Amino acid sequence: MLPKRRPRWLPGDRPVMTGEGEPVRADLPAPTRMLTGRSVYRIVWQLNTDVLVGYCWCGQSHEAQEPIALWDWLLAHPDTHPDCGSPAPFAPGPDRAVVVS
Amino acid sequence: MPSWPLNQWYVAAYSDEIEDELFGRTVCGEPLAFFRTSAGEVVALADRCVHRRYPLSRSHLQDDQVVCGYHGFTYDQRGSCVAAPAQKRIPRTARVPVWTVRELDSLVWVWIGDQELADEALIPRAPWLDREGWTTVRGMEPLAARAGLLVDNLLDLSHETYLHGGYIGTPEVAETPITTEVDEDAEVVYVSRHMDDAACPPFYERSTGLQGRITRWQDIEFHPPCLYLLHSRIAPVGVLPPEDGPDDRAFHVEVVYAITPETEHSTHDFWMVARDFALDDQEVSHFLAESNRTVVLQDVEALDVLEVVVEGERENYQELSINIDTGGLAARRLIARQVAAGAPEAAAPVAAR
Repeated sequence: MLPKRRPRWLPGDRPVMTGEGEPVRADLPAPTRMLTGRSVYRIVWQLNTDVLVGYCWCGQSHEAQEPIALWDWLLAHPDTHPDCGSPAPFAPGPDRAVVVS
Repeated sequence: MPSWPLNQWYVAAYSDEIEDELFGRTVCGEPLAFFRTSAGEVVALADRCVHRRYPLSRSHLQDDQVVCGYHGFTYDQRGSCVAAPAQKRIPRTARVPVWTVRELDSLVWVWIGDQELADEALIPRAPWLDREGWTTVRGMEPLAARAGLLVDNLLDLSHETYLHGGYIGTPEVAETPITTEVDEDAEVVYVSRHMDDAACPPFYERSTGLQGRITRWQDIEFHPPCLYLLHSRIAPVGVLPPEDGPDDRAFHVEVVYAITPETEHSTHDFWMVARDFALDDQEVSHFLAESNRTVVLQDVEALDVLEVVVEGERENYQELSINIDTGGLAARRLIARQVAAGAPEAAAPVAAR
């Protein structure tokens, strides 16, 4: 058996909750793009805010403060924007590619 | 209509669970009897004798044939009855359904739905589970809750901070924003949480030997409805993958779950932890297996309670979703789409008017 050690962090040591309107801690770099398919929706949690930014696979974006409204916009987007027909902006770039086999 | 998608592959068992004895397990409401033939192939038959419904999984194997333990009806690998007790004539309807089965990556997959549509190319892969250079520990816990609750749980790892503190949770998990991606064609949900300066939870501290702050990446790749991959990368702070060459200054752990509905209110919670370090260290294997099982049981306890809550709630209860649920909502949507696509009426030709 490995020696028992007190964990440095215990469930009682919870992160401090911030008040309304204050952004949660979000000062880390956003992860790079991972999926490289033709029809990829992407939602990025904007740094230092509570804002979500959604990108349709056609490249257009939209912001929202909660995910349901943003998903509604994204899923409706290809239908409501007639010129949004060719998924080009999400072509594989220099970011890490994930093999989905 | 069942709540799970039909015409999909589901993990039914680990390869090493099915040997030369009959093995029973219910998958998506279908009681199945598995066995391995002398040629090494896995066979899945309906777990019910056509005569008096006796479970074939409680019967006997003889020369790659199943002999019912009640009256001796005997079935071959294709489910055809080849012998009936005390008579020469075998009734034409004496046949049990056969399910399509494939073994890949040490997992036994079964196709649930129209067997004519089974396509091996659709099975999502988890190659680390039996690949050279990796060591895997694994287990399976019965969950008295619907599969959707486990999907919600695994797609939002911020719960690690609260439910699994002291094991895999640290404050940074709940504090770090996520990026969510959904491939509509491949039906993959990907949720990234990259913590570049985080506390090292005991799960990784004691298995890797890393001391101090770490770079911790969690990349969820969910292939609904069943296979969940968590690509976990642990390295000292500041150590990023090199532009070229192997990422050999980091530790990699592939946490794999197979979420297989048993009934509408119970789920097989298969869990696996594969690592690319300390490959022969039994102490590390034991520690990771025990720790992960503990974590899984913490989830099981919470989700079993949730199932009771959900079953007892009024219709159309309005839950609340926030940013951390972005990936879970995507998974729910894809599964709902798969359910609709797999519904019998979706596959039936439309009658001409």
